[in-house]
Amino acid sequence: MTPLIEFCSLSKIYQMGETVVKAADNISLKIYEGEFVALVGKSGSGKSTCMNIIGCLDVPTMGRYLLGGRDVGQMNKNELAEIRNEKLGFIFQQYNLLPKLNVLSNVEVPLMYAGIPKKKRREIAMEVLDKVGMSDKLRNLPSQLSGGQQQRASIARALSNRPSVILADEPTGALDSKTGREVLALLRKLHAEGNTVVLITHDNSIAATAERMIRLEDGQVIFDGAVSDPASGLKGEGAGA
Amino acid sequence: MKLMESLSLALQNIRSSKMRSFLTMLGIIIGIAAVMVIVGLGNGMEGYITDMFQSMGTNSLTVRINSFNASRSVSVDQMYQIVEKHPEYFDLISPTVSMGGTVKVGSDTLDSTTVTGVGETYFAIKDYAVQTGRGLRYMDVANRNHICVVGSYVADEYYGGSAVGQTIRIGGAAYTIVGVLEASSDSSEEGSADDAVYLPYSTAARLSGSGNINSFTVTMLSEDQATAAKTALENELYAILGREDAYRVTSMSEILDTMTQTIGVVITVLAVIACISLVVGGIGIMNIMLVSVSERTREIGIRKALGAKERYILSQFIIEAAVTSATGGVLGIGIGYGLSAAATVLVTSLMDEAMTVTPSVPSVIVAFGVSAIIGIVFGYLPARKAAKLNPIDALRYE
Repeated sequence: MTPLIEFCSLSKIYQMGETVVKAADNISLKIYEGEFVALVGKSGSGKSTCMNIIGCLDVPTMGRYLLGGRDVGQMNKNELAEIRNEKLGFIFQQYNLLPKLNVLSNVEVPLMYAGIPKKKRREIAMEVLDKVGMSDKLRNLPSQLSGGQQQRASIARALSNRPSVILADEPTGALDSKTGREVLALLRKLHAEGNTVVLITHDNSIAATAERMIRLEDGQVIFDGAVSDPASGLKGEGAGA
Repeated sequence: MKLMESLSLALQNIRSSKMRSFLTMLGIIIGIAAVMVIVGLGNGMEGYITDMFQSMGTNSLTVRINSFNASRSVSVDQMYQIVEKHPEYFDLISPTVSMGGTVKVGSDTLDSTTVTGVGETYFAIKDYAVQTGRGLRYMDVANRNHICVVGSYVADEYYGGSAVGQTIRIGGAAYTIVGVLEASSDSSEEGSADDAVYLPYSTAARLSGSGNINSFTVTMLSEDQATAAKTALENELYAILGREDAYRVTSMSEILDTMTQTIGVVITVLAVIACISLVVGGIGIMNIMLVSVSERTREIGIRKALGAKERYILSQFIIEAAVTSATGGVLGIGIGYGLSAAATVLVTSLMDEAMTVTPSVPSVIVAFGVSAIIGIVFGYLPARKAAKLNPIDALRYE
C-alpha cells in the first residue's frame, strides 16, 4: 500500500544571514490513509516546517515529499495551489475564516476555486455544515460566532472538498478547554468516518487524542509510535483524555 | 473562478468601505467630468461657428480688388468671363458695392441700415427669398434704375409692412422700393441682416462716385472644391493684374476649416491637460489598492491555502481596481453631463448666443473605457504584489 504522506530523507534549510538553520533535518516518515497522527514538538522543533511541507505551502530543500505518490517538490506554484485545493483541508488555530463572508460562503470558497458550479457548491456546503452542527448559523458572519462555532465552520470548510488529509494546526489553541474537547471529539469522529487527520500541537494532552504520535526535536524525529506506547512520553495521559 | 464572482466580490469590497472608495474614485470622477465638459465645449463652439458660417454661405468665395495701387484693374465683364470660363467650379457671381450715404424715409434717418449695390444674382447667392414685390433684374443693372429692394426690418419698421411702391432716399437721391425680402432670422432687429437696402450695383457705383467695382461674391458648385476653385480664380486674377497683392480671394469654407482645426487643437490640448487628472486618479487607485493588499494579506494567505492560484488573486484585485475606476467613470460621466447642461445655460446667458455644450457619445464611451483601463493598468502592480505573496508569511501576518 502506497503511503498517503511520505517524507524521504527530507530536509528544509533556511539561511538566516550567516547561520544556517536546519528546520527539518533528514526526516523520513510515512503516514497511511485513515491514520490519526499527532505531530508534536516544542516551538522551534520543526513541526511548523513539517506542517507547511505536508500542507504543500512550502517545498523541501532536500529529499522528497510524496503526497499520494506524487512528488510535491517538483510542482510549480499553480500545481501546489491545485493540490492544496484538492487534497488538503486546513484547520487553523485562529480559524482563519474570511471576515466579510458568511459561514456558508466561507465553506464554499475551496469549492469555488475547484470550479464547482454555484448550486452544487451550496449543496455540499450545507451538507458539511450540517455534519459539524452549524446548519443554524449559515448566514452569520464569523464575527457573530463564538470561537468554538468559528472553529466548527472552519472544520466544515476543510471538509468541503473531501480532502485526502485534514491538517489541523493547534486547532484548540484559541479555545477554552471545554470547547477544545468538543473540537477534538469532532476530529475523532471524522477520523472514525475514515478521514486521515494530522494534528499539529505542542500540547501532550491534545496529542493524546490521536492514535499515533510523531515527536520532533531540533528538526529530527525522536519518537514515532502509538500514543499508548510508554516511550511516547505522554505519561499515562492516554487516549481519550 | 468565474468573472461574475470576482465582480460581486469586488463590489462587496467597494461597498464595505464607501467613504474610502469614493475618495479613491474622486480623481477619476473629476478627470472624466473635465474631459467630457471640455470636449462638449469644443463641440458646442464648433457647432456654433459652423452654423454662423453656413448662414453666411460656405460655398462662396469673396474677391477684393485693391484698386488704390493697381495700374490695371479688373472690370465687371472680366469677372463674369472668368466665372463662365470655369463652369466646373463656379456657379453665380455678383459684384458687391458697399455704400455710405444717409438713408432717409420721410424725415426719419436710418443710421444702422446697410446699403449695398449688388447684381441680379445676389439674392440667389445669399439664398434670400423675396417676400413681396420682385427682386433685382438684369435690366435694373443695365439701365442703372433708381430702384431698390429692402430687408424685412426696414419694411416693417418704416412702412408698416407695405413698402413696395414707396420711396426711400439714399444720399439725397430717391429710390422706388420694388421688393421686400423675407426675414432671414427670427430676431429681425436694428443692425441685423434684415436692416438693409439693396440697389443695382451699377446705380450704387455711380452714386458712390467711384467707377470701379472692387468686390465680388462668387458661388461654387460644391464647397468641397473650395481650394481648387480659389486657386483657379487667383490664377485668372494674376493673369489680368500681374501682381499678387492686387487682389485677395477669401474662401468661407477654408476659413471655417481653419477655425474648426484651431478649435480642435485647443480642445485636444485642454483635454490632454484634463487627462493628467485621470493619471493622478489612477495613482490614487494604485495607492489605495496597495493599502488594501497589505490590509488583506491574511485573507490572501487564507485564499492561497484553500487553493487560490496566483492568477485568481491577480484577477480579483485587478477587477476590484477596474470596478472602482469604472464606477468613478460612470459617476464622472453623470457629472459631466450635468456640468455640460449647466455650461450651456451659463454660456447662453453670458454671451447672449445660443450654444449647446454637447458631450459626444463617442467621447462618453472613450471616457468610460479609459477609466476602466486606468483601473486595470494602475491595479496591476498592487494585484501582482498580492498574487506573489508567500502563503506561509501571509497566513502568519497580523
